[in-house]
Amino acid sequence: MSDAGTRARVSLSLGPIQYHWPGEKILEFYRTIESTPVDIVYLGETVCSKRRSLRLRDWIAIAERLQSAGKEVVLSTLALLEANSELGLVRKLCTNGRFAVEANDMSAVQILAGKTNFIGGASLNIYNPGALRKLVGLGLTRWVMPVELSKSVLSDLLEEMPAGIETEVFAWGRLPLAYSARCYTARAHKVTKDACEYCCIDYPDGLVLSTREDESFLVINGIQTQSASVHNLVHELRGPVTGIDIFRISPQSEHTGQVISVFDQVRSGALDAGDASDELETLAAASLCNGYWHSEAGMASCSAVCGP
Amino acid sequence: MELVCPAGNLPSLKAAIDNGADAVYIGFRDETNARHFAGLNFDDKQIGQCLAYARSHGTKVYLTINTYPQPGNFAKWQGAVDKAAEYGVDALILADIGVMDYAAAKWPELRLHLSVQASATSHEAVRFYAEQFGVKRAVIPRVLSLKQVEALVNNSPIPIEVFGFGSLCVMVEGRCYLSSYVTGQGPNTFGACSPASFVRWSETDSKLETRLNGVLIDRVNKDEHAGYPTICKGRFEVNGETGYAIEEPTSLNTLPILPELLRIGVAAIKIEGRQRSPAYVAKVTAVMRAAIDACLSDPENFIPDQAWLSQLTSLSEGAQTTLGAYQREWQ
Repeated sequence: MSDAGTRARVSLSLGPIQYHWPGEKILEFYRTIESTPVDIVYLGETVCSKRRSLRLRDWIAIAERLQSAGKEVVLSTLALLEANSELGLVRKLCTNGRFAVEANDMSAVQILAGKTNFIGGASLNIYNPGALRKLVGLGLTRWVMPVELSKSVLSDLLEEMPAGIETEVFAWGRLPLAYSARCYTARAHKVTKDACEYCCIDYPDGLVLSTREDESFLVINGIQTQSASVHNLVHELRGPVTGIDIFRISPQSEHTGQVISVFDQVRSGALDAGDASDELETLAAASLCNGYWHSEAGMASCSAVCGP
Repeated sequence: MELVCPAGNLPSLKAAIDNGADAVYIGFRDETNARHFAGLNFDDKQIGQCLAYARSHGTKVYLTINTYPQPGNFAKWQGAVDKAAEYGVDALILADIGVMDYAAAKWPELRLHLSVQASATSHEAVRFYAEQFGVKRAVIPRVLSLKQVEALVNNSPIPIEVFGFGSLCVMVEGRCYLSSYVTGQGPNTFGACSPASFVRWSETDSKLETRLNGVLIDRVNKDEHAGYPTICKGRFEVNGETGYAIEEPTSLNTLPILPELLRIGVAAIKIEGRQRSPAYVAKVTAVMRAAIDACLSDPENFIPDQAWLSQLTSLSEGAQTTLGAYQREWQ
């Protein structure tokens, strides 16, 4: 076990907003992010192409401001593509020429491969060194581990990892668990996706789906299904070396700045990870989970020492 | 338009072939494929019998290796590729980039198909696999509308195979972690959704409850049928209302759009259900064979026979069928 203080400084990233927020809220959100200690910011709509609170040029303007504030900016592509028009949007992002791109599906990889270095998002299904090496050969410089993989898989992967590749993990937020052609928010409103009237804008942190025993189970976010529990890996910021270069925080409608601050304080050693988790649980307004990291069911909550 | 049928064991394989399958797809008896169920699939000896029977009937055999190996077990997937190649299967159906890279380098003559588990939904994604690994056909996830399938077929560098009948994954295949979130085991890593070892059926005074690793998936009256607790087909509460928030128990059935699938140039129709009985495989294959033949001979005037439809409905989950994402209203 090595002392966290002797490790290379890990970075904190802010993932793309998963939910449908009004344009003004998005703009205001990123204005507040400028002064937070987050190092990397991923921008763009990754869930549903019908959501158009902002146009590409608005996102680019946000990107420029964040860059001026000293942040590394990455543009994220849509995770599920269905229409050719969506492919057009992805192509535009991939050829923007100024900002790095996070490829969230193989269409984006195909457009970027061999031309522009890229970041491989968590939905690319990189489960083994062979897959990683192949993508590194095509220009991947950073990968976000699939959320269902564990610490032990990462540690095995690191042994065969090509040099100079950064590893990022989904460290805070509701886990993206599935994507569908069907919009479940629209279904809850008894309309089809084509007639959705953007009803997901009423749920800035998604719509909770509970079991019939009143347990919050999943969260519906348009065509995406998330965990109702919030995934929390803050302990790993101070734990034994795990090979994580970047900890990703997924935006929530309230308190994202405070979450970043807690992660930053743990990173610097100013705050104990246990105390941090207590504070984070309050900020999440949901139960916390970390089962995937410990090779358990994703919904499980293991203590820092449990699991392989 | 090729009819590709499931075979989880030798009797099912024979049933599929005897009832008119152009190709059958099978898997090894382990977690290298996405139907990793107890007692299902083929060991080394049976693969030989399987190929012999298929060869003598002129039927193709595809072998699925479509889960995602991890660093500690990659060798097992490599071994599966080698074995399949040595047996001389007609194609491998693969999902993982690492496995594909290995197969393409080691067995350059071996025909590769892209599994639905690779989640390729656009022609650029399909092109990636065609260019990088020489993949010759792609099976696409059940998320595209008919119009989108047509656009994909028109722009794809390789032929496209679609699902035609069977259990309906409503989430993009290869990217659904619902099962692993609840149990730690899911399609990508373990090759099964809602593994049986986590399923509990229990009775209260008037109800039957089905749970997956403790999570209540459905609760029915004792006189009702309780389905298998697949998370996406469970009943939950959203906004104060209880119901099938994701999807009802139902099966995909494309008979009504068969002429459309033919017209837009779909290369093959796949029947889901390696976990089903030989009797099921026989009936579904026979109906689909008859329907495809009727459609091929006179696509303009094709109307699905009522007897076919009722037979398929009776074999469906919840005794109902849907066109799924092919029909925009479903979405």
